[in-house]
Amino acid sequence: MSQKEKKTNRRDFLYTASYTVGAVGLGAVIWPLIDQMNPDKAQKALATTEVDITNIEPGKEITVLWRGKPVFLKRRTPEEIAEARSVKMDDLPDPQRDEERVKEGKDEWLVMLGVCTHLGCVPLKNKGDYKGWFCPCHGSHYDVSGRIRKGPAPKNMEIPKFEFVDNNTIKIG
Amino acid sequence: MSDKEYQPKSKAGKWFNDRLPLLTLGAHLTDYPTPKNLNYWWTFGGILTFCLLTQIITGIVLAMHYVAHADLAFASVEHIMRDVNYGWLIRYIHSNGASMFFLAVYIHIFRSLFYGSYKSPREVIWIIGLLIYLLMMAAAFMGYVLPWGQMSFWGATVITNLFSAIPLVGDSITTWLWGAYSVDNPTLNRFFSLHYLIPFLILGLVVLHIWALHVPGNNNPVGIDIKKPSKDTVPFHPYITIKDTFALLMFMIIFAGFVFFSPNVLGHSDNYIPANPLVTPAHIVPEWYLLPFYAILRSVPDKLGGVILMFGAIFILFVLPWLDTSKVRSAVFRPIYRQFYWIFVVDVLLLGYMGAMPAEGIYLVLARVGTIYYFLHFLVVLPVVGLLEKTDPIPLSISEPVLSGGAKLSMAKKDNEKF
Amino acid sequence: MRSFSLKKLPVLFFIFFLIINHSFGSEQTKPIKVDWSFKGLTGKFDRASLQRGFQVYKEVCSSCHSMQYLSYRNLGEPGGPEFSKEEVKAIAASIEIEDGPDSQGEMFTRPGRPSDKFKSPYPNVNASIAANGGAYPPDMSVLVKARPGGSDYIYSVLVGYEDPPEGVILDDGVYYNKYMIGNKIKMSSPLMDGIIEYSDGTEASVDQMAKDVTTFLSWAAEPELEERHKTGFKVMVYLILLTVLVYLSMKRIWSRVDSEE
Repeated sequence: MSQKEKKTNRRDFLYTASYTVGAVGLGAVIWPLIDQMNPDKAQKALATTEVDITNIEPGKEITVLWRGKPVFLKRRTPEEIAEARSVKMDDLPDPQRDEERVKEGKDEWLVMLGVCTHLGCVPLKNKGDYKGWFCPCHGSHYDVSGRIRKGPAPKNMEIPKFEFVDNNTIKIG
Repeated sequence: MSDKEYQPKSKAGKWFNDRLPLLTLGAHLTDYPTPKNLNYWWTFGGILTFCLLTQIITGIVLAMHYVAHADLAFASVEHIMRDVNYGWLIRYIHSNGASMFFLAVYIHIFRSLFYGSYKSPREVIWIIGLLIYLLMMAAAFMGYVLPWGQMSFWGATVITNLFSAIPLVGDSITTWLWGAYSVDNPTLNRFFSLHYLIPFLILGLVVLHIWALHVPGNNNPVGIDIKKPSKDTVPFHPYITIKDTFALLMFMIIFAGFVFFSPNVLGHSDNYIPANPLVTPAHIVPEWYLLPFYAILRSVPDKLGGVILMFGAIFILFVLPWLDTSKVRSAVFRPIYRQFYWIFVVDVLLLGYMGAMPAEGIYLVLARVGTIYYFLHFLVVLPVVGLLEKTDPIPLSISEPVLSGGAKLSMAKKDNEKF
Repeated sequence: MRSFSLKKLPVLFFIFFLIINHSFGSEQTKPIKVDWSFKGLTGKFDRASLQRGFQVYKEVCSSCHSMQYLSYRNLGEPGGPEFSKEEVKAIAASIEIEDGPDSQGEMFTRPGRPSDKFKSPYPNVNASIAANGGAYPPDMSVLVKARPGGSDYIYSVLVGYEDPPEGVILDDGVYYNKYMIGNKIKMSSPLMDGIIEYSDGTEASVDQMAKDVTTFLSWAAEPELEERHKTGFKVMVYLILLTVLVYLSMKRIWSRVDSEE
């Protein structure tokens, strides 16, 4: 009797072990097939872009392409900065102070991904109810700090990693 | 399979059939007993098979000339339109064919909804059909991306961004789908690969769909079970084949009307502008066949909520056979359900209309009403009506007199006169 | 079967068409409806107008607008302006095309050939934007198909320049156009009476030139149009004939079943 039980146990173990080892192998085969769809090495290498900002007048903005996405560089007027800072946090769906969205001492420069956080369209400048941007796809309104104010977008427009190389050059990424 | 065991007449035929019973299968398909009262709404199965084959054949040919690269795709489509022999014809058949395919599939689905074809014992047919519908939407969406026009690019951006609504892993999934940090060349390339694959998956599911249909046999406008074969049935060939052919020809006339005389009316003019990642078109509108779902997506002010509701609108169809509590299949004998059916049709058309309009003001309000009703129809109307409704008397067979409700007999007869 | 019969089909189709029609309605001033010879089921291009339209394109538009998907040979192909072989050769030869590299690895220029693509005015999009004050003159190959309203819209914009209404302030280098989407256009009115001299002696009024060049652009966007209409007609006749035959066969076959009742 006990002899037989032992046999059964050993057999069960063998089966379980086979399944497990087999599953690990299958997973190891599937992973490269899934991971090949992630951005490749050439894509990842396109990490930084340098932009010359000498010619941007206050109140104007330019758009540059970074990693296939538009980046808005806006040189804000003092009035616009004041307005962005006068907003009460309670009025913001995604509360964030304007100071957190710019580099200290370079308050006039707003550098952000020109991508609506709803479904990825490019918002139009100087449109919408809050004098900032308006996304034509599904009607999200952003303020002059690029923060979401109204509409289906859940978050403020993203601030990418960027730095001032010197007074006239911004490096994005 | 039919009751009589099929025996090939020739010796060679018997030899082959014993090894691979293809001839038996052929005989089954030819003799397959079909209710004789099927009306023209039942011809769309055949029409859809035609649509699928048309898309596959024209698609394979287009792939011989198309280049799936962000810098070349738009130009290669123009090359097809201008230089390839009959390229314009093949491309217009393919692009309008997608719309015709969806037109047919919607009629097919709404036929099923009216006559209760999704009910026991045909739930599996219904579910396979929905899987086909889902794959069709995926194929159509990816196909629309391939010309790499403005609508291609921004449609792809909006749809792939739907996945970014998933908490925690959403952004990683979106990047994974793109193969880049935005919709870009890798995205186009993989969409082309998948666009080529999906029709063959659909073809496989169509075989299962028909197989599952041949187990219980066709539903019919009266919705009752019928003995097979009997006085109520006719062999599939030549009766149904000729009728399907006639309906298919009518369908092809409309199809040809689009292809030859108005080939771009179903498309969007923005897609003749090459993709530009810096500028979003003022109005992003999906193809007409996706508009109702688009309206549902936009009617919710919350991103995740909108995405959930949009997918929910499709997935709720999968449990439809269990939401409808009525045992009576055909709406012909369901006076209350019949009313709600037409309200539902109007609701879906309304949602489609709202999907094409800007999401603001009265349109947004109506889209919300439409969305709420869409779900009410499945979650409340169907279960409740099924329980409370007093159905009309049902005939016992298609051709024999009924026990009760003489009026209905004449109605069943009237069906037959249709042929 | 009271409520679900074939009679409903036209109604459904009507609603369906209402939806698609409406989804492409624009909010601008509706473009002027022109009775183009190429509209309708049997529409054809007006050859003389196409040839004049090409002249307008060549002498006016082509200094800013490319037509990169067209080749000079297209000008001689059936269904188009149908210039003679010699004329096409001459048109192509009058353009300097960059070719190469030669055996020394240098690029060189040579007279164009009918097989060459239309030469673009700018080497790339950025150059064209830089040269036009930030606006990009769109490629004209498929422009007619790329605008809601198509030919009517292009024609309307060409003749739709006006002084801005009161209250509309225009930046430098921006013009007011009644039909343009957004009403503001960076292109100054390109046509003026007598700006070119038609080789066939037609008076070159703004309206005439606008019609001619729109006809030319419509052909450029849909060079297959005439063949499409012709083939379509044959296909329709064939389909209707076959449908009638199949219908009669169907009646015949089903009469066996119907007579049993």
